[in-house]
Amino acid sequence: MPHDHHDHDHDHFHHDGMSPSGHPYRGDNDGPLSYWQRMEIAVRELMVEKGHLTPAEIAAQIEAMDARSPANGAAVVARAWVDPDFKARLLADASEASREMGFDIGPLNLIAVENTANTHNLIVCTLCSCYPRNLLGLPPDWYKTRAYRSRAVREPRSVLREFGLDLPDDVTVRVHDSTADMRYIVLPARPEGTEGMDEAQLAALVTRDSMIGTGVPHKP
Amino acid sequence: MGGQAAGLVPMEGHDFALWEKRVDALMVLCGQKGLFTVDGLRRALEDMGEEAFEKMSYYERWIAAVNQNLLEAGAYSLEELAARMDEVARRGESYGEAQADG
Amino acid sequence: MAERVRVKALTPPGHVRAPWYLRGKLGVIERPLGAFANPEQLAYGVPAEEKPLYRVRFTMAEIWGDAAEVPADTLDAEIYGHWLERVDSHAP
Repeated sequence: MPHDHHDHDHDHFHHDGMSPSGHPYRGDNDGPLSYWQRMEIAVRELMVEKGHLTPAEIAAQIEAMDARSPANGAAVVARAWVDPDFKARLLADASEASREMGFDIGPLNLIAVENTANTHNLIVCTLCSCYPRNLLGLPPDWYKTRAYRSRAVREPRSVLREFGLDLPDDVTVRVHDSTADMRYIVLPARPEGTEGMDEAQLAALVTRDSMIGTGVPHKP
Repeated sequence: MGGQAAGLVPMEGHDFALWEKRVDALMVLCGQKGLFTVDGLRRALEDMGEEAFEKMSYYERWIAAVNQNLLEAGAYSLEELAARMDEVARRGESYGEAQADG
Repeated sequence: MAERVRVKALTPPGHVRAPWYLRGKLGVIERPLGAFANPEQLAYGVPAEEKPLYRVRFTMAEIWGDAAEVPADTLDAEIYGHWLERVDSHAP
């Protein structure tokens, strides 16, 4: 993995008590069995017994999904910051550029949208919860909430302020609603003062939220 | 739900439980095998209505949509599902105990 | 000049991929995305035709009127060709 964890000041993907995907851990298999958990067990067992799936396939899929994290996207962003030709390829075809870096993103149709001094991009899916999961892993819970999905398209600046981002009016906000087959990743602007940093150091500045547009990269 | 009035964005998150990861895997794998499309899942989710969105968690809604689509695809029958869910309930009181392998 | 389009203001029941808040709204085609199987047929498990898909850009002023935070902010969405109608740029 291109993400280098030697510098704990920049180690933002592994907070104490947080999982690699940036979520707090919670107790798992010892709570009371719910109706929907019973349905999941029953559906899974029936699908295995009828030969549609194998337990190994299910385990491998979970493992593949667990291996995807915002660090993948951060590596892509950092490469674009240091390599203008790669950046041009990323903006032309983000799926191919991600595959070029060795990420297994399956059939993902990815579009990268670039933040500049006068443009800020924000990603949402109002219809369900479409997210570039094959590159960044599963979306954060807030991305799937009614509040985010309802408000991001109507009052994006107000939503961004809740995330701690207060944009001046001369920065144009471009919201992207993932309504069909495309998925989006924001290419955040490279922070000032990072001229001497290498790709791995730069990748450590790139947060998950900065690739959704609800944040900006860390400052060095 | 784009554009409707809503409150502050809740920022708290959680790590996905095993059963949620399994729902996710069922969704991806059955889709890859052509048993349903993500569009069929979305249709089933929308048909559950507003109340389901308020009362069910994300992966609760998704297993309901996966099940609805698999029933429609003829992957198993409603009788088989009902019998298996009953059997699962008899295995134990927790998710861990209710697995076929205990 | 970018092609101007209007999202059809239809409200059929069932699974529709054009978001409700864009129905009847005027935008410009930001880029064509190629052809994809029609999700409104896929959703019901019937054979799906390939339909052209476009990214359409709307101004917040067009969508929300006076309620827009900043009128010139934009929203891009993917809309299938069968949900779009061309707008004559000479029309009033």
